[in-house]
Amino acid sequence: MSEAAYLAGLVAAGAGALLGAALPARHRVPGAALASAVACLAALLGAGQVLASGRPFALRLAEVLPLTGAELSLDPLGALFVAATAVVGLAVSCYSVGYGAHAPAGRATTATLPAFLATVLLVPAAASVATFMVAWELMALTSLLALLADHRRRAEARDAAQWYAAMTHAGAAAILLGLVLLAAHAGGQGFTEIAAHRGRLSSPIASVVFVLTLLGFASKAGAVPLHVWLPRAHPEAPSPVSALMSGAMVNLGVYGILLVGEDLLGGGPLWWWLLVAALGVSSAFFGALHAAASTDAKRLLAYSTVDNVGLVLLGVGSAGALAAGGERAVAGLVLLAALFHLLNHSLFKGCLFLGAGAVQHAAGTRDLDRLGGLARRMPATAVLFGIGALAISALPGLNGFASEWLLLEGLLHGFASRSAVTEAALLAGVATLAITGGLTATAFVKALGVGFLGQPRTEGAREAKEVPPSMLAGMALLAAGCVALGVAPGVVLPGLERAVSSGLAGGAPRAARPGLGLALASWRGAVQPALVVSGLLAGIVLAWGALRLAPRPAELRRPRHAEAWGCGRESQTARMEITATSFSEPLQRVFADVLRPDHDLEVTHAAESRYFPEAISFHQRVDDAIERVVYRPVISAVARWGRVARRVPNGSVHRYLAFGFAALVLVLVVLA
Amino acid sequence: MTATLAPVATAGLGLPARAGLSLLQVAAVAVGGPLLVGLMGKIRARAEGRVGPPVTQVLLDLRKLLGKEAVRAEHTSAVAALAPLVLAASAALAAAIAPLVVTRPVMAAGADVFVVVYLLLMGSVALALGGLDAGTAFGGMGSSRAMTIGAISEPALLVGVLALAVQARTSNLPGIVAASLAHPGWLASPQRLLALGALVVVVIAETGRIPVDNPSTHLELTMVHEAMILECSGSDLALVSLGEAMRLGLLLGLVANLFFPWGVDASGSGLAVLIGLGALGAKTAAIATLIALVEVSTAKLRLFRVPELLAGGFVLAVVAVTTGLVTR
Repeated sequence: MSEAAYLAGLVAAGAGALLGAALPARHRVPGAALASAVACLAALLGAGQVLASGRPFALRLAEVLPLTGAELSLDPLGALFVAATAVVGLAVSCYSVGYGAHAPAGRATTATLPAFLATVLLVPAAASVATFMVAWELMALTSLLALLADHRRRAEARDAAQWYAAMTHAGAAAILLGLVLLAAHAGGQGFTEIAAHRGRLSSPIASVVFVLTLLGFASKAGAVPLHVWLPRAHPEAPSPVSALMSGAMVNLGVYGILLVGEDLLGGGPLWWWLLVAALGVSSAFFGALHAAASTDAKRLLAYSTVDNVGLVLLGVGSAGALAAGGERAVAGLVLLAALFHLLNHSLFKGCLFLGAGAVQHAAGTRDLDRLGGLARRMPATAVLFGIGALAISALPGLNGFASEWLLLEGLLHGFASRSAVTEAALLAGVATLAITGGLTATAFVKALGVGFLGQPRTEGAREAKEVPPSMLAGMALLAAGCVALGVAPGVVLPGLERAVSSGLAGGAPRAARPGLGLALASWRGAVQPALVVSGLLAGIVLAWGALRLAPRPAELRRPRHAEAWGCGRESQTARMEITATSFSEPLQRVFADVLRPDHDLEVTHAAESRYFPEAISFHQRVDDAIERVVYRPVISAVARWGRVARRVPNGSVHRYLAFGFAALVLVLVVLA
Repeated sequence: MTATLAPVATAGLGLPARAGLSLLQVAAVAVGGPLLVGLMGKIRARAEGRVGPPVTQVLLDLRKLLGKEAVRAEHTSAVAALAPLVLAASAALAAAIAPLVVTRPVMAAGADVFVVVYLLLMGSVALALGGLDAGTAFGGMGSSRAMTIGAISEPALLVGVLALAVQARTSNLPGIVAASLAHPGWLASPQRLLALGALVVVVIAETGRIPVDNPSTHLELTMVHEAMILECSGSDLALVSLGEAMRLGLLLGLVANLFFPWGVDASGSGLAVLIGLGALGAKTAAIATLIALVEVSTAKLRLFRVPELLAGGFVLAVVAVTTGLVTR
């Protein structure tokens, strides 16, 4: 039953891609969106059944792939990723109807979205090396095509696509190498065979496999320093694609690490997981800092994805390290928190990217410095974006708080472990969580406050109108998820528990007690978000009521609106407002060593006196320091090598024959 | 022994009684917070050789402001109206669930220290958004500075309370207080002293006292908190001032009870509650006096020197956790 629903979902998504390519322009977008929505509902049904029952399914489709056949199986861990993708996909399908209505999309653009969705749904179910690699590469290709939708109008999109293509294919090559090595040594390419025969692997081989695949998966997840494609690609993609990339595709990097490290290799030594945790720490810190410094709304969201994936990797790494030390109960709790945060991230980041797309749609720009005052012009978008922004800032009552609390509790109780190295890693983890918490709140106060509050800074923002209902419905679906999982996080715990048991090699004992709130099973610790929310609402209503009843004349009870105080100046204009750049300036200065902003200040003096400037121009850019320090030298070295190598093939047939002969001799020497 | 007995004793109290005790705590913080602000002002004035306003001045100001109409800037949205309410409500909720007068007020099982920390963050976020809502230069500047300081003080706060949670093996606030009562020796342990240092730095930063911010300045170049609430007036300003004073009272009360838990009432009987109230008042007044004396003797730091102070607090907190792990 669950496999039928899941397969129906894949087929419907494929049909959506065909419909998008075949239907006439007027029906193209709604047709593809309808098929994608059906696909997501069916996949959600299938994955939900696996999560609810804990019973995986396995399928063999011999005709689909030549030579090996396709092997599919969905265990609760994979089902969790399918479910997260399906929820984001459902919202995106709904949203794309309104999004596509304003700018008629071409056949290819319309067809790639359902195709991309289908591949993201497919990867967690792949159960053999061949199936997995085919699904993985299809996902890379379809997402690359989806990213290129705007390439004619925007040179940045082409640039981003180049980075993405290079990084994702280098990553895929590393994964392929690792998995082929694994399959060769385990004597089979099915994942169940590999898991059964992992005892044959020597530990250096296992480590090489893990590190190779980690490189590929961490680059897909956007872990620093392999993240450079992400802050380029996610902003440049059309917003529905951005939401699907950040809300669903990056998750699969985490899935891959768990699949190879725990499922196939069965745990492994401590240092593997410390490496994962270290990637998480660097990503969380670097991503949060850049998010706080960004002024482009979608770039901010992309860096925040790096931050949140970092927190998830930190959890996965800590869980693996604790499990390697034999602390299965705490490891289960930490992994539960990490997977919960991953699910929550899909919800709020999907909502935020769709919100940023709505802003771009309505105001024509996503540069926060050119927005402002949108809350009065597009109130529904403002509320929905606000819910996402407050959820990601981990305010109590929304889902981000629930998972961050669980993660904090997991790290706290991990301190009882025996290994000093693990404890040091946990301490680094808590410190990272603490630092990113404040930075994330700053970043999203900026996004919400500068983008939606205050006065409009440009004509585009002044003329902005509320987006169509279908776009709002897509955002509302995800925002409702944020609120529901924030008030009653306990409802998803049973499913998450099953995903944890199938994700951690050897399973894990129950980490949390069933209930509406969160209560730890083996330690003293609980939160009841429903009570917190009702207490807050009661407090707000009481304070509001008390103010209405305060003893003062009736004409003074209603607030009056008047001009803002302007230091004695006659009037305030929007040019006097703080911008996103100035909002983040203090933080940039504090963290200048990491961010390394480029300043450019030019003062033209008046001819009469040096004391009177005629014009001042100030430019500032915050580029990715890792890109500048690590990637640029590599790229220029490769380019230089390419220029040198171009001199070798000069068109002379004799030279080519000599090359061929030399190569043949070399092969013979090696074989002999 | 007391640790195991204490929760049982209050667990016998019914929900209405515990809700009543929580309301008592909220009232104590709502009255005590402004009084503490007034006390600090009085001590500063005396130390500087002035008479100074009476201790009850903040309460009198609140009464005056509540009788006035609120004037809001013309471009504001619903955020300007909601921000003061959220600030006050989040502070009140935190005061209701924290073990201030009694060890187990309402919702004791879910009274987690991280809930209180994030409730405080909620108030800060509401205030910062309120500062941006009017679209003026000052409001935005104040929000930017307040969020920057908040972002750097948050790690010290979180890791500082973690040091206590690791020692007590729970992050449940009543649990930490009960464990501290049961182990008087902990008070002198190095990790507690280091964590105390970290949390004092945080309290100074979060409540906007010298050397981080000067609550009595309106100079454009230096103000942080005052810039953010420049557009608040009348009852809005009353709620913001009350909320800020409650946050001060709550933070001082938490520091007092986490580090010096004597006098916190575990039984819920009438006399014990009175003793708890008196102890809370005496302890917070003592800490407030110390902070005021420090304020008199130091100058406000430049904004870009503040991170150094807060980073110092963060390092203290990390060392506190490490010491706790090493000396275990």
